[in-house]
Amino acid sequence: MDSFLKTGKINQDQQSTSSGLKSKDGSRGISNSTTPWVEKYRPRTVDEVSEQSEIVAVLKQCLEQGADMPHLLFYGPPGTGKTSTIIAAARQLFGDMYKNRMLELNASDDRGIQVIRDKVKTFAQLTASDRRPDGKPCPPFKIVVLDEADSMTAPAQAALRRTIERETKTTRFCLICNYVSCIIDPLTSRCSKFRFKPLSHEIMLTRLEHICKEEGVKCAPRVLARLVDASGGDMRRAITSLQSTARLKGEVGIEEVDVLEVVGTVPDIWLDRMIDMGRMYDYQKMDGFVEDLIFEAYSASQILEQLHDKIVFSTDLKDNQKAIICKSISICAYRLQEGCSEYVTLLNLLCSVAKALKG
Amino acid sequence: MSLWADKYRPNSLQKVDYHQDQAQHLTNLVNQGDFPHLLFYGPNGAGKKTRILALLRQLYGPGVERLRTEHMNFMTPSNKKFEIMTVASNYHIEVNASDAGMYDRIVVMELIKTVAQTHQLDSTKQRHFKVILLTEVDRLTKEAQQALRRTMEKYMATCRIILCANSIGQVIPAIRSRCLAVRVPAPTHEDICKILKTICKKEGLTLPDELALIISQNCERNLRRAILMLEASKVKQYPFDVKQSVVVPDWQLYIGDTAKQILSQQTPGKLLEVRSMLYELIVHGIPTNVIFKFLLKELVKNCDISLKHDIVEIASFYEHSLLKGNKTMFHLEAFVAKFMLLYSKFMEESLHGIF
Repeated sequence: MDSFLKTGKINQDQQSTSSGLKSKDGSRGISNSTTPWVEKYRPRTVDEVSEQSEIVAVLKQCLEQGADMPHLLFYGPPGTGKTSTIIAAARQLFGDMYKNRMLELNASDDRGIQVIRDKVKTFAQLTASDRRPDGKPCPPFKIVVLDEADSMTAPAQAALRRTIERETKTTRFCLICNYVSCIIDPLTSRCSKFRFKPLSHEIMLTRLEHICKEEGVKCAPRVLARLVDASGGDMRRAITSLQSTARLKGEVGIEEVDVLEVVGTVPDIWLDRMIDMGRMYDYQKMDGFVEDLIFEAYSASQILEQLHDKIVFSTDLKDNQKAIICKSISICAYRLQEGCSEYVTLLNLLCSVAKALKG
Repeated sequence: MSLWADKYRPNSLQKVDYHQDQAQHLTNLVNQGDFPHLLFYGPNGAGKKTRILALLRQLYGPGVERLRTEHMNFMTPSNKKFEIMTVASNYHIEVNASDAGMYDRIVVMELIKTVAQTHQLDSTKQRHFKVILLTEVDRLTKEAQQALRRTMEKYMATCRIILCANSIGQVIPAIRSRCLAVRVPAPTHEDICKILKTICKKEGLTLPDELALIISQNCERNLRRAILMLEASKVKQYPFDVKQSVVVPDWQLYIGDTAKQILSQQTPGKLLEVRSMLYELIVHGIPTNVIFKFLLKELVKNCDISLKHDIVEIASFYEHSLLKGNKTMFHLEAFVAKFMLLYSKFMEESLHGIF
């Protein structure tokens, strides 16, 4: 019963009839829209991974010439293809049986020290044959992927140390994290580290154009460029935003405004007004402005980020003023991160900006 | 008889009173038969919940409104049992995971797993997914949000998650990038006035323009509060009078009183009195960030601009230290004491200036 509830769709042909009915109504069929584009356009092979030349070279060596694979540690900002790379590599190494040869654990699974001791150890101790079921050779090891490893507790990481070394014969570990500083030193020294760079503008643009063409989304190149700008090198974010906007707008083409709204960027007019407020130095108005900003539900951290760009690149401010403003931005960003109320923090920031502008 | 705020809540996306463009977009989204995970954010009383419920209704039909409350039991790693209340229909389940305090991670993990692992029984007549509605996501701990990340991707086939938050700042970027974020700004004063007038028309009452304006200025652009205020004013006095005073929440008046006390005299004795007033507020469950906000608003009213700047700075400082520490009283009191110091110094200096 349990397995019946857990496995995929209840009845595949029922599913298809229902989607058939739906498409008669003039909308796209379910099978088409259920898979998020992020999953659909995930790189299938290591070659397809863009930008990360070092790791691709290493993995290709393992794939083509059967070189021994080291333990891996991937780190870098979100959406640069860390998880995609290891999954693609595993798929190429083991073919169809990659699901049996790979243990993927991430932050949503319980990953206390107990799990490391039981689950990971038992998985690691299994021996793997060097033949696939169909007789083709494949590497005689399994891969344990620890995704989002920076949210593992230090004791759990420490429990991994010896396990990694002892089971080298049968298991390779791949740790994936955003910040390498959150991984304890003994672990980093056991793995070869690879940094994933944020993706460059051009590569993201070509990829998005490709997706647009495949999915039949009408979108001007200017709008795509804006989307790439706003996502800051995060491929997943860019694709998700593209898909969301495409769905929101239906058959109508995507405009620049829609992209900005979905990504959550604050319109420039608010930032200009913010600096104007600083110049005016009128408390009453600043107070009203901050309240308006909060009622419009723009995220304060986003405002800080954009204000920072604006201040740094502004031409009519003195270096001294810029320094003072940036300092107060950093303090406010920290306080917001800790969970202070947006009203008081933003008001404080605005006051400091006003003071700095006054000299 | 229900409250006006519930009675006149629009129950379909076509009937919402403002942000019609957005409603149109959401309708587009639902008509395609499927949608990604959603994250609604906006201030209190902006209509997030109304939009979510309307969306669900559009999706599943009126069956969504047959609600039942359920108690779910969870077990912590240290074998402590706790219970959490959920509101559910056949198609969706609504949970406020932050009710569980530090155990919210377990709620998020267990709940989504149990809900997502069962299918809708008859998928020809219904959608092939259920909806999990998590409210107050910004108050979830970071661990719980981390736990949500991969779960959201993994169970995409059987469930959609709708998140609802007041401010997006406290939601980790990893979650934001997995959702379609829908910003729900607060209604403008004109919107509020218009809605108040329509409600009055439907109730067969006449509402003078001035009073509508006064209410909308006093409700902090919170539509729910505006409607409640309107109803309260009606109970208090009808026919409406332009000069009629609107009912301001007690605690707001009390904070005003506290501020007056602080401004009247800056002595240790007064500080002691203020302390008991602050305790009164805390005991009645007024959140500390609200106390800070309104206290600040009242205190800066008759200060010089440079002094205002200093006061805002110390308010921000002590609010931050309050979050770091755990005894709220220390920080509130420290703020008041510091304010008294600054204020009396300022008064002395301005007196010197006169003579």
